[in-house]
Amino acid sequence: MEKNTLFDKIWDAHVVKSVPAGPDVFFIDKHFIHEVTSPVAFLNLEKRGIGVKYPHRTIATPDHNVPTVNQDQTIKDKLSRMQVEKLRENCAKYGIELHDLGSAHHGIVHVIGPELGVTQPGMTIVCGDSHTSTHGAFGAIAFGIGTSEVEMVLATQCIMQSKPKKMRISVEGALGKGVTSKDIILYIISKISAAGATGYFVEYAGSTIRSLSMEARMTICNMSIEMGARGGLIAPDQTTYDFLKGKQYAPAGDDWEKAVAYWNTLRTDDGAVFDQELTFDAVDIEPMITYGTNPGMGIKVVDNIPTTEGMEGSNKTSYLKSLDYMGFAPGEPILGKSVDYVFVGSCTNGRIEDIRAVAQFVKGHKKADSITAWIVPGSREVEKQAQAEGLVAILEEAGFELRQPGCSACLAMNDDKIPAGKYAVSTSNRNFEGRQGPGARTLLASPLTVAAVAITGRITDPREVFQN
Amino acid sequence: MAYDKFTILQSTAVPLSTENVDTDQIIPARFLKATEREGFGDNLFRDWRYDSAGTPKADFVLNDSTYSGKILVAGKNFGCGSSREHAVWALYDYGFRCVVSSFFADIFKNNCLNIGVLPVTVTPAFADKLFAAIAADPLTEVEINLPQQTITLLATGDAESFDINEYKKDNMQHGFDDIDYLINMATEIEGFEANR
Ligand code: SF4
Repeated sequence: MEKNTLFDKIWDAHVVKSVPAGPDVFFIDKHFIHEVTSPVAFLNLEKRGIGVKYPHRTIATPDHNVPTVNQDQTIKDKLSRMQVEKLRENCAKYGIELHDLGSAHHGIVHVIGPELGVTQPGMTIVCGDSHTSTHGAFGAIAFGIGTSEVEMVLATQCIMQSKPKKMRISVEGALGKGVTSKDIILYIISKISAAGATGYFVEYAGSTIRSLSMEARMTICNMSIEMGARGGLIAPDQTTYDFLKGKQYAPAGDDWEKAVAYWNTLRTDDGAVFDQELTFDAVDIEPMITYGTNPGMGIKVVDNIPTTEGMEGSNKTSYLKSLDYMGFAPGEPILGKSVDYVFVGSCTNGRIEDIRAVAQFVKGHKKADSITAWIVPGSREVEKQAQAEGLVAILEEAGFELRQPGCSACLAMNDDKIPAGKYAVSTSNRNFEGRQGPGARTLLASPLTVAAVAITGRITDPREVFQN
Repeated sequence: MAYDKFTILQSTAVPLSTENVDTDQIIPARFLKATEREGFGDNLFRDWRYDSAGTPKADFVLNDSTYSGKILVAGKNFGCGSSREHAVWALYDYGFRCVVSSFFADIFKNNCLNIGVLPVTVTPAFADKLFAAIAADPLTEVEINLPQQTITLLATGDAESFDINEYKKDNMQHGFDDIDYLINMATEIEGFEANR
């Protein structure tokens, strides 16, 4: 019998037709849309005089540009307001389910999909957003698309895709104290570079990955794109089923049993071949932080910033340009650098487990005076739960400012911008120049490291604070 | 939407050798608030092109009148990061019809092909040759021949062939997009959907 990977099994089941010497006509089970990458797609549908073919397969929420204060009021920024209103209009016109600002399931699209149980094993899921890879944590093929493709999905429920190559990344062993799934993925990206998985779809495997919660798995799959991968996925297991059971859109009754039986087939067969295989040892992974302007520029928080040794040409120029932007010098330690902002949130680390981790950590402490600390739940549901568990009280007591759900300072399309030249240690996924506001300097880290930085006001090894 | 057909393009080229240029640099998020596809070219490379007061930065290549043309020769891993198609709209709107690099990010490349900007992947050695030739003579012309799948430095005749799949090539040459193809497949897709 042919040995297949998990990825092959799902991909092949969604090919409507293979175009000779071309891509596959690829069927999409679920499509998420938000206010920023969808308006032009709808406009083009109108220009072509066609509608939305399967509205029940699309779900919408405004998240990228929404304010994180006073969400019950009219959005002040005119352009943001227009985008959100367009989304409302388009959803109403075509009968698309919308989780609007202030509603029970409003939030970042990649947080609410799993929360609602829309995201399920074996599915194909796309969204006009590169972090759609998050949903791969459930054993789904999920990836980001451009606006032209958003239009294709709305019009036909299909896109034209060439099948990517396959890579398996295994992580084995027990994680050390103070090491989280964010550190795992930052470590992997630092090893293989921001382009290291370009052209591939990644399956994450191994005992370390298996031991992770769904939230932690989502953090890993979320950042697949930061090493260039189209997406990343993890085979579904009991952890997946426990998370999904009882969720609003999850199958129920007999359907649940049937679904689980199918989901249990979604494994990579022994002996199946990948185009590339990498293995990492969990013991080598320590708390990580980035020092440059792409997510591949990460080091252990206790290490020094790399020197330019061995670099030449445009590689060296680009490296120095990046450090110059960050205000760092090659070879210097990163520990102890002073920080101005911390941001806990985004589709990488804005889920309840992340907020719990930060709250547990800062309980009984105060943030440093020099630090502005923002905490932005990934969804209303997360916010509600954080309230119910008393986490919000702990965080506010520690001096954190709790904001309402949205992408917020992850991409700074709204007012949540880090000022030029300031340093932010952030749980988000991108440290690109200006990502958190023009001139802002971003260092990516885990929620634990961010919590430690909030308390000390400096780049800190969370394991040190732990001990006290 | 349909775009201009692409067959043979001869043009001077603009060099941007920086590596890992992400789509947040090509078009920063704060300029993604439009609900129509217009005017993105003005904000192409906004924060590299202008300072915070809106004054052009003299050291950025788009502000250097020595260089111009419809071809952008870019550094390794161009277009990484966000899937925003706006990045390609901005390049197209500014006047680029072709981007050449030794390595492209996946989604960016797909987005290019979907709206009629040709991504040409060359070997690192050929990319170096291009950068050197443009530095030596900013008026040097580069030819992109899509039917033949070749890129040529016209002054020296140095050439290399590039890959593109037949389907995408045909689309580019006719100015078609995938959606036309998919709409024609409606019956097959309906049959498939009904079984899901
Ligand atoms: S939180 Fe950040 S990465 Fe996630 S969808 Fe929003 S903008 Fe994109």
